[in-house]
Amino acid sequence: MSYVVLGATQGIGQALARLVSSRGDALFLLGRNLESLALCAQDLEARSGHPVAGTALCDLRDPDGFSSALDQAQAALGGLEAVIVTAGVFHVQDVLEDDPALVQDLLTIDFTNTVLFCEEVRRRLLAAGGGTLCVFSSVAGDRGRKPVILYGAAKAGLAHYLEGLDHKFRSHGLVTVCVKPGFVKTGMTAALKPPPFAGEPEVVARGVLRAIDAGKPLVYVPGIWRQVMWVIRRLPRFVMRRIGF
Amino acid sequence: MSEAPLLSGWGRIFGVGRSVSAPDLEKASGEAVLFRGLGRSYGDSALPPPSEPVVVSTVLADRIRFFDRVTGLFRAEAGLALCEINRLFLREGWFVPVTPGTQFVTLGGMVAADVHGKNHHVDGCFGDHVESLKLCVADGRIVECSMENEPELFCATIGGMGLTGHILEVTFRLGRIPTPWIWQETRRIDGIEDFVGALTSAASEWPFTVGWIDCLARGRALGRGILTCGRWASANEAPSHPPPLLRSVGVPFVFPHGVLNRWVVRGFNAAYYRFQGSRPRRGIVHPEKFFYPLDSVREWNRIYGPRGFTQYQCVLPKPGDLAHTREFFGLLTRFRAAPFLCVLKDCGPEGRGMISFPMPGISIALDIPVRPETRALVDTLNEFVIAAGGRIYLCKDSFTRPEHFRAMEPRLESWLAVRRKWNPEGRIRSAQSVRLFGDKP
Repeated sequence: MSYVVLGATQGIGQALARLVSSRGDALFLLGRNLESLALCAQDLEARSGHPVAGTALCDLRDPDGFSSALDQAQAALGGLEAVIVTAGVFHVQDVLEDDPALVQDLLTIDFTNTVLFCEEVRRRLLAAGGGTLCVFSSVAGDRGRKPVILYGAAKAGLAHYLEGLDHKFRSHGLVTVCVKPGFVKTGMTAALKPPPFAGEPEVVARGVLRAIDAGKPLVYVPGIWRQVMWVIRRLPRFVMRRIGF
Repeated sequence: MSEAPLLSGWGRIFGVGRSVSAPDLEKASGEAVLFRGLGRSYGDSALPPPSEPVVVSTVLADRIRFFDRVTGLFRAEAGLALCEINRLFLREGWFVPVTPGTQFVTLGGMVAADVHGKNHHVDGCFGDHVESLKLCVADGRIVECSMENEPELFCATIGGMGLTGHILEVTFRLGRIPTPWIWQETRRIDGIEDFVGALTSAASEWPFTVGWIDCLARGRALGRGILTCGRWASANEAPSHPPPLLRSVGVPFVFPHGVLNRWVVRGFNAAYYRFQGSRPRRGIVHPEKFFYPLDSVREWNRIYGPRGFTQYQCVLPKPGDLAHTREFFGLLTRFRAAPFLCVLKDCGPEGRGMISFPMPGISIALDIPVRPETRALVDTLNEFVIAAGGRIYLCKDSFTRPEHFRAMEPRLESWLAVRRKWNPEGRIRSAQSVRLFGDKP
């Protein structure tokens, strides 16, 4: 099996890349910083004992670069089999509310451009007869909640898009896996206080890889968040208006 | 925020402070007063000074920079945990040259505390195997130091508790092991005299030695315990399968004060001693059970209750270590101190670290639950250690007075001089350096 990972230099993406390379699978890394990509590739090589297939620049702020980045991955791996997208940005709601430019940046990266990237991958995978597209949405997209209104909206849109792809293209061989991580202790959430059920990236990565192997269209990681969000989706509005969560 | 956030060392004596994770250590080091790894130092070594109560946690910076599978040369970021190194490479036949008694430590922490292990008498401290360090010193410069380049800074950083500069990357050599299993021998020792002798004679035969002592036994049983010796098993002794991953259990909550009392511990100790039997036991053991027996219980520090505990670790020098050790245990008994865990080790020569802990002699480590009289006990033990010419281990300490530390550490002035050169205003500091070295609170 071979994997392309966009976002392998940090957090859950890094943990996933380590897990995949430890199984001996081929790996191509996409990211927006050449130095971080090189560090990541060295780390993976030292851990697994075999080199990654390659790295290329790919920035979710720059959709024009998607095609050439995927060309390079395809050439290095001899075709696309599975593409994982963990990249994205996060800002707390309070900061976003006073900064329209930041809102635009977040919505563009986490929704518009992520979807554009996925569309490029979808065309390529379908042309090759199928494959897996695994993309990170978030539990923040399950309900409009005070601390994550804008981030959650982008992630909800993304989950919606992935669900549509699954309905239309699964019979054509395109397997989409929508990942909804709960709170995970990574660099992205380093400034936040971990809530109960906060997960470790390694544990989350194992859950994601199991879902990819099984071709599950939707997975909550850590698994307990499926139950947590089941409850939160059913809370009445007057409760949601009162609580800060 | 309504309540001030709290942070503690492994002994769970809390102070004001919080920890912020930084995946990019170089970027974080410009502002940081102190780096913190996995928080396994017992006292206040990894706690921030009260006026700037934030430490930078290194645990997200865990990338391996390179690993040469021929020579073992290994370089990684300071936040890489020893448990990760073991998980990745132990079964491939590689092991760190020196390991402390827990694998939940980072490389940065292993250098800062210049950790030692059961093989100190043959292999010295971890710092003695470090080839180079990448540091960010107080003025923001990045310095790559080694025995060739800035050797003074290098030796002051090994065992320097992170106070000479922030440790970004560590280069050392992993060693080849014949198999990933340990051949172990344990035997009962009936008293303190025999113990010191047994440790010393085992040192010439075994690379790994450690003694456990039942401190609550009295009279003729004083100093009875179990001596554990080990070496890497050879290929024809070891099982053909790799050691399995071990499960651990957690302590789900902080025990109420006093659950772990003298009677409970006395009962446990007596049972443990008797379980060993009167004849030596030999056999193959899992390396993680051998090196890290306490790691199988996560957050075991919670059993000491809400007041926490301290570990008192000192080394009593040769010659005269036998007499000193006997007196030391007599002192404990007179104080009716009830240390719950007592570990004896044989130390070899001093290494490179300018203020590293070990010196030739017997190292004694005691876990002591915090009580109102704990400070007085530590004072008394420190006065004894000063008179004996020994010293204490900074990464265990919470209670030592600055004048006591000064008296037991003739090397302190020269270390402080190097530290002043690289950290002139004392910007990089900890709660411990405020307490012991008079840094700005």
